Amino acid sequence: MPYRHVVGPQTYAFADLKDLMAKATPLRSGDMLAGVAAASAEENVAARMCLAEVPLTAFLSEALVPYEADEVTRLIIDTHDAAAFRPVSHMTVGDFRDFLLSASATSEALAALAPGVTPEMAAAVSKLMRNQDLIAVARKCRVVTKFRNTIGLPGTMAVRLQPNHPTDDAAGITASILDGLLYGCGDAVIGINPASDSIPALSELLKLTDGIIQRFEIPTQACVLTHVTTSTEVINRGVPVDLVFQSVAGTQAANASFGIDLAVLKEGREAALSLKRGTLGDNVMYFETGQGSALSANAHHGVDQQTLEARAYAVCRPFEPLLVNTVVGFIGPEYLYDGKQIIRAGLEDHFCGKLMGVPLGCDVCYTNHAEADQDDMDTLMTLLGAAGVTYIMGIPGSDDVMLNYQSTSFHDQLYLREVLGLKRAPEFEAWLQRMGITGPDGRLKAHRGNHPLLAAAPELAA
Amino acid sequence: MSEDKPTHAHASDYVIHDVWEKLAGITPARIALGRAGTGLPTREVLRFALAHAQARDAVHTPFDSAQVTADIAALGFETVEVASAAPARDVYLRRPDLGRRLSEEGRAALRERAGEPVDIAIVVADGLSSTAIHAQAVPFLAAFKARVAEAGWSLAPVVVASQARVALGDEAGEILKAQAVVVLVGERPGLSSPDSLGLYLTFAPRVGRSDAERNCISNVRGEGLSHEHAAFKLAWLLKEALARRLTGVSLKDESDLLLVAGHPPAPRLR
Repeated sequence: MPYRHVVGPQTYAFADLKDLMAKATPLRSGDMLAGVAAASAEENVAARMCLAEVPLTAFLSEALVPYEADEVTRLIIDTHDAAAFRPVSHMTVGDFRDFLLSASATSEALAALAPGVTPEMAAAVSKLMRNQDLIAVARKCRVVTKFRNTIGLPGTMAVRLQPNHPTDDAAGITASILDGLLYGCGDAVIGINPASDSIPALSELLKLTDGIIQRFEIPTQACVLTHVTTSTEVINRGVPVDLVFQSVAGTQAANASFGIDLAVLKEGREAALSLKRGTLGDNVMYFETGQGSALSANAHHGVDQQTLEARAYAVCRPFEPLLVNTVVGFIGPEYLYDGKQIIRAGLEDHFCGKLMGVPLGCDVCYTNHAEADQDDMDTLMTLLGAAGVTYIMGIPGSDDVMLNYQSTSFHDQLYLREVLGLKRAPEFEAWLQRMGITGPDGRLKAHRGNHPLLAAAPELAA
Repeated sequence: MSEDKPTHAHASDYVIHDVWEKLAGITPARIALGRAGTGLPTREVLRFALAHAQARDAVHTPFDSAQVTADIAALGFETVEVASAAPARDVYLRRPDLGRRLSEEGRAALRERAGEPVDIAIVVADGLSSTAIHAQAVPFLAAFKARVAEAGWSLAPVVVASQARVALGDEAGEILKAQAVVVLVGERPGLSSPDSLGLYLTFAPRVGRSDAERNCISNVRGEGLSHEHAAFKLAWLLKEALARRLTGVSLKDESDLLLVAGHPPAPRLR
């Protein structure tokens, strides 16, 4: 169905809802590359004005990606919770923004609403929101998940300890894990991106991380970020797996380029659940996403990259993940050109995920060919901290020596805790105190003498 | 300044050192950095800033195509300079599709130089690091020249391409009637590796080839894979590719089985 909006002497026409959504999106290089962006600043605002008048129910009747051709669309429509949606079912997108910002949208109301929010609705309202709106509403959303600790409680922020090494060297990875633990990191997960995809090598990494967690009784979980089918195979061989990882995207065709579909994800989750390794809860999945992945796989159906990213959270949602993060600046400047675009995308992704009830964290990051630097990352992580981000990455000195990009560091999370008063997952916070790494106020103690973790370093790394 | 303020405090008094500094020797990761409050010590902030500056410069330093071309010609190769369809660096970064295709002039220049079918076309592409091409392309080609002579392969003129990505080699190799194309490309610079060269090998180059149809040798640089070792690996892959008439996921690099005490055997010239 076509849409029109008049601004003075000019009438702007939009071919359909998909076109309207793309033209209403704050400018970014990926939508320009796809040829779906607004042609002028005025057309962008005209599209937003037009979108503000669209009823939310339009997103239930006009699919942006065809229902018949795409299992993600079928998942979204077939599992939509009409009862949860009812309180906002009479609203336009513009009304919805006002409601979300109002005192009526309490944390409880937003949690009850989440199953009724489709990714297209979340994306649409985000396009009408300024950065402060994205922060203010996300901050009210509560998504709590559990495996061996409790993630997402109000006033907390977790950290993924990311101890990557260019050749998966056990000693090198162990050194980075110890460094991270001694800086108070690792409550979200100790998660390694392996350089190798061979099953024996992956099994060694899983045994290494499991050994450290068991030996020091750390209330956290481990993950080696490999393809879901590889994790399933490793589980079948009896190797200890806490969380099963997969990169996901917002269309069936983009997921096919990752070598997955919904059925494969279900198999992976069932394999992880069969091990019953969670002590507090059953959230066994870890997903990563990022704007631009569908276009990069030539599987975008002419839909803007931010809407497709929100659809990726719809893929995650039924699998009740422990963690989901957008790897916001990793893909490169052809999708998000500079610090401004990366910051906006990070806030949009976090807002959309939280509104949909997904435990969203963010890999606050950039590559060296993007127009971005550490100052931009400081800005984004501070804004996300204020927005109540579930977790961020912790990488030694921000420099991932395996993946060749820059993310947030062990130091960065200390800074956020200090300026925003953010605590860790409570079970992990208590462990750090028991181990003498932090004091009762959560601050690091100055390390004197030989800590038990360090005393064990030579044999752990052997 | 008040007179009673202590003036003798040493800067390092404010830095908390990490007692596990010796672990830093077993990984290239930036561990045991110490801290000033919750932040990095000044020394580390500046060390990081320098690494980032070098990586940024690697992306944005103008490619000295004329000098690289002259140096390659001095090795005894025929050469030809071309540009991609991306007119400027900022466009190149935003539009990867343009960096994968030749400019009109470049296409015409290659058509003019195309002769009889050859075994190999070599394309030198600035990619995402002109620094890498400036530092590695000529010494690598010097090492590779001996391997070409050993195998007796026929070569098209070496194409030196500005604002170019790997897939530009598909179009260049096709026009030059090469059985296989080798693309030397400046890799996306890492914080600790701004000058890393990548080598991509594609059998039967045609516009539209996918990355799954290529073989890659990565991290060619001083602290990584040596020029001699990389040239040996590439020659091994080329021999296999020309014999089996394919490249990509079904061609696995097993050249390491031929190393002598970890080093490639010297080329035997005939």
